[in-house]
Amino acid sequence: MVEQQGYMKALCCRECGEEYPLEARHVCELCFGPLEVVYDYEAAKRKMTRQTIEGRPQSMWRYAELLPVAGEPTVGREVGFTPLVKADRLAKRLGIRELWIKNDAVNYPTLSFKDRVVSVALSRAREMGFEVVACASTGNLANSVAANAASAGLTAFVFIPNDLEKGKVVNSLIYNANVIGIKGHYDEVNRLCAEIAGKHNWAFVNVNMRPYYAEGSKTQGFEIMEQLGWKIPRHTVVPMASGSLLTKIHKSYQEAVKVGLVEESEYSVHGAQATGCSPISQAFKQGQDFFKPVKPDTIAKSLAIGTPADGFYALKVFKETAAASDDVTDDEIREGIKLLAETEGIFAETAGGVTVGVAKKLIASGAIPADDSAVLCITGNGLKTLDAVENHAGSTREIAPSLREFESLLDSDKELAAATQ
Amino acid sequence: MPVNIRIPTPLRKLTHDEEVVETSAENIGQAIADLETRYPGIEERLLDESGEVRRFVNVYVNEEDIRFLDNKDTAIKDGDEVSIIPAIAGG
Ligand SMILES: Cc1ncc(COP(=O)(O)O)c(C=O)c1O
Ligand SMILES: [Zn+2]
Repeated sequence: MVEQQGYMKALCCRECGEEYPLEARHVCELCFGPLEVVYDYEAAKRKMTRQTIEGRPQSMWRYAELLPVAGEPTVGREVGFTPLVKADRLAKRLGIRELWIKNDAVNYPTLSFKDRVVSVALSRAREMGFEVVACASTGNLANSVAANAASAGLTAFVFIPNDLEKGKVVNSLIYNANVIGIKGHYDEVNRLCAEIAGKHNWAFVNVNMRPYYAEGSKTQGFEIMEQLGWKIPRHTVVPMASGSLLTKIHKSYQEAVKVGLVEESEYSVHGAQATGCSPISQAFKQGQDFFKPVKPDTIAKSLAIGTPADGFYALKVFKETAAASDDVTDDEIREGIKLLAETEGIFAETAGGVTVGVAKKLIASGAIPADDSAVLCITGNGLKTLDAVENHAGSTREIAPSLREFESLLDSDKELAAATQ
Repeated sequence: MPVNIRIPTPLRKLTHDEEVVETSAENIGQAIADLETRYPGIEERLLDESGEVRRFVNVYVNEEDIRFLDNKDTAIKDGDEVSIIPAIAGG
């Protein structure tokens, strides 16, 4: 018997069911399957009523019974509860009846959904006694580990591919983290980190802490349901790198039914990738239940994982929820970013462009019917990926500080408008 | 100079805590068979029922994933480095 901690009962292999104690470990020794936290759902159900949750502070920790920490969270207590925005103008442009944006581009403190997973991973790491935290990252995770470690007084090592956007690099350096740029793509960073994690006794948030870390993503799903008035959205569109966020949003919907927070209802969780790194959506389109690894080549660097650890489970989610997966080109990603900005005033990073672009395709193809309702998960902030759009956003028009020059600028605009009518 | 195989933490119980073991096999399939003769039980951890490398196991030869090479038939020669690594989460 493994000793229960808080609402956590054990770690359990998703493939063969073998149980392990609640330690910093992520792989089944028998079959290499990923380990997942098992909860005491009966106890959680007694505590988690809509009313008690609504009375708690507005952060992701209002769902604490289904998060993997034994005691009170100590890192990132203010993370989450980002706006769910009704996006009528974008809905019209995409041709759908009702559309919502879950806006994690303004998550606290580092402007991406990664603050959710890091808050959980570092709170758990601290209660296990670790003093050094680390991660392999495509950028956003590194930013969040660096910032949250700084505020918690932990030492951080973050490993990133050396070709990331400047905004993402500076955003890790500023917190005085150890930032290591690896000459290679993310999958090589990942492999190296697995080897480093085998040598040093650190809390690697997405290696040995993965079972805890990944659970943090569920809070995006819990919030969406609560903000919709305790309902599972009919359609959700989620960007995928490793596929972890998507599988955890799906899990949050299942758990909410299990503990009685929402009624069971029909739903689909759709996946979005960049064509230049789309192993999961290619496998879906070819009807395969396992993906083939690829070498990434896309402006959506945050999603550039060629060997997605949860790809297999993401494909299962599409099957189980009658959902689809698709991918968009670099040009479509930029168009998606611009469309979201112009219609809703939200500036997303490249992953958001992927989500909007794929949503457009899924609505056009009927995979998301036009008379339905959908939630788009916007997971990161456009200010971090300026490189991707700076030459595509138009340019400022410069004039002298002169009223005459400004009036003549307006006049020439009018003439141009008249000529093109 | 033989080929070095780096053993991941979950398998080190089987290799008596050895982090690196040597082989003189000529491809990945043979190397796994060779490991099995010295560390019984290791093969079934790495291969599934049909004899293929398990879904959640990544094998690299000199830092290249064998799925970009010849899978289990990928040739190895003196001085090569083989790593066996469980799939890990994203970021
Ligand atoms: C902005 C953003 N969105 C989505 C993802 C996808 O995450 P996952 O690896 O959980 O699929 C990432 C991953 O780094 C990200 O940075
Ligand atoms: Zn197992």
